[in-house]
Amino acid sequence: MNGITLTLRALHLGEQHLARELLTAAERHRAEHEVHHVAIDLSRWSHEHASRIAEASRDHGLNLADPPQAPHRALPSLAAAADEETAGAPGSRLPPDLRLLYDLRHLHLMATGNSLYWEMLVQGAQAAHEDALLQLASSCRPRTLRQIRWTNTMIKNLAPQALQALH
Amino acid sequence: MDASVDRIANPWGGRTPYPRGAPWPYRVDTYLSEQNDPADVERWVQTASILHSDGDAMDVAVRDGRMVGVRGRAQDRVNRGRLGPKDLFAWQANGSGDRLARPMIRHDGQLVESDWTTAMERIVSRTKGLLEQQGAGSIGFYTSGQLFLEEYYTLTVLARAGIGTNHLDGNTRLCTATAAEALKESFGCDGQPGSYDDIDHADTIALFGHNIAETQPVQWMRILDRLEGHTSPRLVCVDPRPTPVARHSTVHLAPRIGTNVALLNALLHEVIRTGRVDHDYLAAHTVGFEGLQERVKDCTPAWAAGICDVPAARIIEAAEIIGVADRLLSTVLQGIYQSHQATAAAVQVNNLHLIRGMIGRPGAGVLQMNGQPSAQNTRECGANGDLPGFRNWANDQHVTDLAGVWNVSADAIPHYAPPTHAMQMFRYAEQGSIRMLWISGTNPAVSLPELARIRSILAQDRLFLVVQDLFLTETAQLADVVLPAATWGEKTGTLTNADRTVHLSEKAVEPPGEAKPDLDIFLDYARGMDFRDKDGEPLIGWHDAEGAFEAWKRCSAGRPCDYTGLSYDILRGESGIQWPCNAQAPNGTERLYTQGISWAHPDTCESYGKDLVTGASDGVVDYQSLNPDGKAMIKPAEYLPPHEEPSENYPFQLTTGRTIYHFHTRTKTARAPQLNAAAPEVWVEASATDAAALGLGEGDLVEVRTHRGSLRGHLRVTDIRQGLLFVPFHYGYWDTDTPAGPGGQTPGRAANETTVTDWDPVSKQPLFKTAAAALTLVQRGAGPPAPAPTTTASAPLGHVGATEGGPTARVRQSSNPPNSTRGETT
Ligand code: SF4
Repeated sequence: MNGITLTLRALHLGEQHLARELLTAAERHRAEHEVHHVAIDLSRWSHEHASRIAEASRDHGLNLADPPQAPHRALPSLAAAADEETAGAPGSRLPPDLRLLYDLRHLHLMATGNSLYWEMLVQGAQAAHEDALLQLASSCRPRTLRQIRWTNTMIKNLAPQALQALH
Repeated sequence: MDASVDRIANPWGGRTPYPRGAPWPYRVDTYLSEQNDPADVERWVQTASILHSDGDAMDVAVRDGRMVGVRGRAQDRVNRGRLGPKDLFAWQANGSGDRLARPMIRHDGQLVESDWTTAMERIVSRTKGLLEQQGAGSIGFYTSGQLFLEEYYTLTVLARAGIGTNHLDGNTRLCTATAAEALKESFGCDGQPGSYDDIDHADTIALFGHNIAETQPVQWMRILDRLEGHTSPRLVCVDPRPTPVARHSTVHLAPRIGTNVALLNALLHEVIRTGRVDHDYLAAHTVGFEGLQERVKDCTPAWAAGICDVPAARIIEAAEIIGVADRLLSTVLQGIYQSHQATAAAVQVNNLHLIRGMIGRPGAGVLQMNGQPSAQNTRECGANGDLPGFRNWANDQHVTDLAGVWNVSADAIPHYAPPTHAMQMFRYAEQGSIRMLWISGTNPAVSLPELARIRSILAQDRLFLVVQDLFLTETAQLADVVLPAATWGEKTGTLTNADRTVHLSEKAVEPPGEAKPDLDIFLDYARGMDFRDKDGEPLIGWHDAEGAFEAWKRCSAGRPCDYTGLSYDILRGESGIQWPCNAQAPNGTERLYTQGISWAHPDTCESYGKDLVTGASDGVVDYQSLNPDGKAMIKPAEYLPPHEEPSENYPFQLTTGRTIYHFHTRTKTARAPQLNAAAPEVWVEASATDAAALGLGEGDLVEVRTHRGSLRGHLRVTDIRQGLLFVPFHYGYWDTDTPAGPGGQTPGRAANETTVTDWDPVSKQPLFKTAAAALTLVQRGAGPPAPAPTTTASAPLGHVGATEGGPTARVRQSSNPPNSTRGETT
């Protein structure tokens, strides 16, 4: 197994995980209607990325078809992330508007992690003259960047009210 | 020649055919209430319609201090003397006995009459308390698309610079937000590129989700007149209902709800595939064509046919007509704006024009329409969730410039994030971070989606609700303070229609009781709050409408919507004038972008753009690299499936909409006898196939149910597409036994009991046209047909007595030359 296959594996996990977490966020923030609907739309992208990675990986002797058994340790889920971020704060149950910001931040970081894997893949594929992988990365990575921009925009727009409100 | 026409039975009146390129002949429509004769009219007072965005110019007839009728202004560029049924009859609502005449305040849970001092003192002290305890973010303002420019501008100054809140929007969010956003995405700036006069010159008119026959009836008269003249245009209609537009079209496409982007991508695909692209125009004036080409290369008509459920051959035919057009006019309205992927779809219509070079010439234009009469003014004045004068909130230069106009420091104007849109304001109120909401001239308890939710938000104890309106609407009944407002005809101001035409509307009569113009109410509040500028002078230095207009001119100077060449005296003339109107264009500007794109440069653009799928904002750097020279931007978009699809329990798609005899939440049109009689009750439209499959027939009482709620109405069987239900929206409760909402003997009646809380992530316009619904029988009809008009898109399939207005709906139509060019006594 070389670095490219390792990266494909990591990215596959990352995209699957983001797809799931977008759906979790959509479910948790049903009353935040824009987040709810757009997160579902965006989870489709990650889902599609994951299957395309799995397909491409077959040529590299990897079988990524099955979902991982347990969530990857390095990828804490939404709930864990929010708890971690507020650990230490007394009775750290966040009000919904703050929890939303924290969840968006978490999604943002996950998508950013994926975009960096895509970047690595682009570079590695170029060096190794792996045209199919280059093709894959250049068609998926822009959508990962759009996911990042979305979480960023939502945080920017919602934070002023959420951080100022009396809780 | 004069004729008298029943304008309920025949909403568009008689024809005055004319050939392509000729001026539209005039026809003066006059309606006086029965007892009155033209000879008895004491004064004719100049105004324009506030019942839709046509901006029909008219004169109000006054006798003994009362309005007694209306007459179209022959010399006006917009309507050439014609009036629509709503223009002709709805003014009568002004005189109804249940107008609010005194302020009311809530006392022990009840609304009781009060006086202005007490009511205003309550509002001022609550504002001050909230500002102290929770800051400006706890106060929100939600206004209308039916006030005057002067009122929006004053409200904007007091909300943005006085209170310093980011929460100010208009109900134009439901109506025209996507139009504005689509123009910003393509041209960098709001402002209608085309002109209604393009109807005179077009050889092809494509109407996308725009039932113009019912929403802008006077411009439909213009199209009908062209259709009857020589060299008539070809029409392409995209609408799932059998509208009058569809019936006159060469090609009618009736797509599944929620698939507009797929359809438009296929049209773009075909135009590009057949080589009908104007490459010279693209090179000179646009960026982004390659991206579009790439995006639509697989979007074949066959692909779209599978998604949209329209025959591929029809799509090819429509693309052919659009592709060979020499002068193409497209218009867009709620079928796009209130549907899934609203902005993405509206932008694809702009793209069709850009790739065909159909911009900036007579007949080659785009009309991204508005529903409401003064929606354009909320956009210009920044009462819609933008900054005044189409300034860019993300451009510090623009904010500094605005701060200069207001003589405040730049950080007094919130601009850390885009202004809050209406749906988000309601969410903040639901969560409790907005504690005071001031609603002027709109009725969200009927007009917003998912009414049970909206009612519960408005009814919260912790929310201090101020409602300013003409009547005790469903919303006003939930208020803590109700302020009686004067309306059109009772106050002076200006209003600008969808094609940038500015009209003056003069006061004709006194408002009832103690009702006051909205402007005076806002000025009273500003005085009570004692807002100051940087130098300690009053922030708002004007005292009347003309003063507000002059202040607005200073704010608009040098901006795309430049009003500096206008004044009340100039507007008190022959005809409306289109902005920009300034020293360079003293007679106004018929079309934008005749010499290329004017406001898209990175330094001048109103917005740096958004992702058409996610709504994520682009930054200045992205914009600069995409569009360094300020050209028009061709932005592709991928199709996404709608968010709510039919299922086993909710097998139908449900769409809602406005119809020709009613407007907004019927607060006025239901109080005009002719309009009310023509469409007195809500109804439900279904196709013959669907009705037969469920064993339902014309006139049966049915229930429409979605995840959110239900309503009941009588069934009208029509030629609507299979699988689709239609319900006219904005039937409320004020004229039922439970005037605030459903309950007791009153089942759901408002279409918005059922609509989904979801909005376009780009324009933030709520989606009223994408729900999944079930249809069930409540009671077999006892014979009479549904109370739905036969004259319009709700035309029945079976035999049903025709809608008529009778003697009180007869309107005089005259083609004699107008004898008076000004609004004075005849
Ligand atoms: S009824 Fe029409 S004009 Fe009024 S807000 Fe709704 S969409 Fe706009």
